[in-house]
Amino acid sequence: MRIRDRFIKTEARVAPYAFVSPFFIVFAIFGLFPLLYTLWVSLHDWSLLAGDQGYVGFANYRELMQDPDFWRALTNTIGIFVLATVPQLILATVLAQVLNGKLRGRTFWRMGVLLPNVTSVAAVGIIFGLIFARDYGIVNWALGHVGVEPIDWQGHRWSSWLAISVMVDWRWTGYNALILLASLQAVPKELYEAARIDGASAWRQFWSITVPMLRPTIIFVSIVATIGGVQLFTEPLLFGSGVNAIAGGSTGQFQTVAMYLVQQAFTGQRFGYASTVAWVLFLLIAIFAVINVALLRRIKSVD
Amino acid sequence: MNRTKRIAAAAVSSLVVGVLAAGCGGSSDDGSGGSVTLRVNLFGQFGYKDLYKQYESEHPGVKIVESAEGDLGKYNTKLSQQIAANAAAGDVVAIEEGQTVNFLQSADKFVNLQEHGFAEIKDDYLPFVASAATTADGKTTIGLGTDVGGLAMCYRRDLFEKAGLPTDREEVAKLWPTWEDFIATGEKFQAGIGDDKIHFVDAATNTYNSILMQGGDETYFDRDNKLVVESNPAVMNAWGLANDMIEAKLTAKLVAFSDEWNAGFKNGSFATVACPAWMTGYIKGQAGDGFAGKWDIATVPGGGGSWGGSWLSVPKSSKHQKEAIELIKFLSSKTGQLGAFKSEGRLPSLPALYDTPELKDAKNDYFNNAPTGQLFVAGAKNLQPVYLGAKNVPVRDAFENVLRSVENGQRSASDGWGEAVKAAQKAAK
Repeated sequence: MRIRDRFIKTEARVAPYAFVSPFFIVFAIFGLFPLLYTLWVSLHDWSLLAGDQGYVGFANYRELMQDPDFWRALTNTIGIFVLATVPQLILATVLAQVLNGKLRGRTFWRMGVLLPNVTSVAAVGIIFGLIFARDYGIVNWALGHVGVEPIDWQGHRWSSWLAISVMVDWRWTGYNALILLASLQAVPKELYEAARIDGASAWRQFWSITVPMLRPTIIFVSIVATIGGVQLFTEPLLFGSGVNAIAGGSTGQFQTVAMYLVQQAFTGQRFGYASTVAWVLFLLIAIFAVINVALLRRIKSVD
Repeated sequence: MNRTKRIAAAAVSSLVVGVLAAGCGGSSDDGSGGSVTLRVNLFGQFGYKDLYKQYESEHPGVKIVESAEGDLGKYNTKLSQQIAANAAAGDVVAIEEGQTVNFLQSADKFVNLQEHGFAEIKDDYLPFVASAATTADGKTTIGLGTDVGGLAMCYRRDLFEKAGLPTDREEVAKLWPTWEDFIATGEKFQAGIGDDKIHFVDAATNTYNSILMQGGDETYFDRDNKLVVESNPAVMNAWGLANDMIEAKLTAKLVAFSDEWNAGFKNGSFATVACPAWMTGYIKGQAGDGFAGKWDIATVPGGGGSWGGSWLSVPKSSKHQKEAIELIKFLSSKTGQLGAFKSEGRLPSLPALYDTPELKDAKNDYFNNAPTGQLFVAGAKNLQPVYLGAKNVPVRDAFENVLRSVENGQRSASDGWGEAVKAAQKAAK
C-alpha cells in the first residue's frame, strides 16, 4: 500500500512535466540545439566541405562588423522591408474595411484576396521577374507607351527594391487583410450605426472607428511582417535569375542578409562566417521583436 | 482494453513500424530478390534516358531514377549540403568542372574509384579528365569523366547576313582567328545591323570566361591554392578584352541562364554565343523550332578552350555502392558517352571516340547541318587543362559581378579592375 501511495504521489508530481515535455523536447532538438551549434560553429574557421579548421574566438564577429557587404545587405533588407511593409499594412487595412462592408459576393472576394498567398513563391518570382524584365518586360513596355525610357529594374538600388516590394505586397496584402478582417468583425456594429446616424462619412468611420479598434491586430500583423521581412530571401533571389543569383545584382543592390548568409555558406564555403551572419540575424530579429512588444505595451496602456 | 483503445493502439504501433521502416531506407530493396533502385542526381540534361533503358534491360533487378536540377547554382548548394552531411545525396551524383577541386576537399565522403579498377580505364580519358577528380596525393579518385566542354562559337546566320557579314561557317571562322579580330568583327556587325536592340554577343561575362579558360594551366589560383589574380597575365588579358567589348557596345548585357537571357534566344537579341558542345542542346531548347537553320557553328577565336564538363561520383552515403559504381562505369564508357553525344550533344572525354564515324560524321540539322563532331573535337584537341582552385567559384562570381557592373554602367571601367581584385581577395578567404 505504501509503495503504491508513493508511486501515485510521484506520478502526480512528475506527470505534468511529462505532459508538457514534448514541446520542450522538440524545441531542444529543432530549436535550441541548432541555435547553440550555430554559435559553436560561428566561433570557428569552418569550411563547409573541408570541415573544422580551428577555433578562432570572435574573429568572425569582428570581421562581420567591418564587412561592407554585410552592412550593404542589412541596409537592403531594412530598406525593402520598410518599402514593402508600410504600404502593405495600409492597403490591407483598407481592404479589410472594404471586405467588411456590404459587398455582392462577399465570400468570393474574401477568398480572392488570399489567392496570391496560395501561389507558389517560385512562380511569383518568375512571373514578376518577367514583368520587371529590362528588355521584354511588360512594365517597360507600358512605360514605353507614355514615352519613358526602359528602366533596368535590376540595375539600380531603388528600382530593384521597388520591384521586390511589389512582389512581397502582392503575396501578403490579402493574407493580412483577412487577419484584420477577422478582428474587424469583432468590432460592435453599433459603433458604425451610431456614426452613420451622426452623419460620419465612410472615410471618417474608417479613421475614427476601424483604425483605433484594429490597433492590437495591426501590431500583431506588423510583428509577423517584421520577422518575414528581416528573413526576406526567396523573392529577391528569384528576381535576379540566372548564374550567381544569390549575389542579388551585380553590385549586390538587392542582396538581403539571408541571401548573404547562404552565399557565404554555400558559394563561399565559409560555414563559420555564415553561422556568424545567422547569429547576428537572429539577434536583429530579437531586437526588432522587443521593439514591437514595447510598442504593443504602450498601445495597451493607452486603451 | 476496449475496442476503440485497441484500434488506436494498433494504429499507433503500425505508424511506429512504418516510420522505422522508412527510417531504414533501402532495407526493403535488398530483401526482395536483389532488386535495387539507383538514384541518379544530375544538373541539366545529360541525355541518359535511353542509356538507362539499355542498362536496366541488361541488369535485371536494377531500376534507375534520375532527378535533374536545371539550376547549376542550386544543384551545387544542395550537393554541398548533402555531401557535408554525408546523407541523402543519391547513389550517383554529377560534379561540374568548377566544383571538382571543391569536393576533393572531402574526398573521404566519396567512393575511392582507385579501389574499383580506375587504373585500368584511367588512360582512356583525356589526361586532365582523369587527374582533375584525383586528390593531390594521387591516392583517391572521386569521379569518372563524362564529357568535356570543348569550345566553338555559335552564331546567327540570318543576323550576320543582315549586317552584311559572310554567313558560311568557314568564312566566318576566318573573320576571327583572335579575340581582337572578334571585337573588330563585332564593330562591323553593330554598324551593319543598325539596330540598338540587337547585339553582337550575349554578355561580356561569357566571353570573358571563354578567354580566361584558354589561358591554360591556371586562372585565379596556382596549384598551391594561392590567389594569383594580380600576377596571372591570363586574367588581365581576358579582363581587358571583355572591357574592350563593353566599350565597343557589343554586348546585350544579359546574365547567363537568366530568364532574360533565355528570352534573348527567342527574341534574337544577340548574334553570337560562346558555345561548348552541350550548349547546342540548350540553344535548341530555348530558341525553339522557329530558329532551326538560322543558327550555325564556327570555330572559337583563339583556338580551342573549354567551358564545363562533368564527372560522375558515388557518395559513400549510398547504400548500393557496388551497383552504383557499375552504373557510372557504364555511363562514362564509350557506349555511354556516345549515347549522351547523340541525344544532347555532350562531347565525350574519351579521345578514342574522336575518330569514330559517329563523331566524325555527326551533323546537327538545327545548326544548318554544322559538322558538330569535327568542330567540337577540334576544340577538345586544343584543350589545355586548367587548374581551378577550391575557391574558384566564389572568385569567379566576384569577378563576373564586377564585370557586369561595368557592363551596366554602375562602375567605370577604370574602377573595375581594382574592385574585382578586392572582391576576389574577399571571396578567396
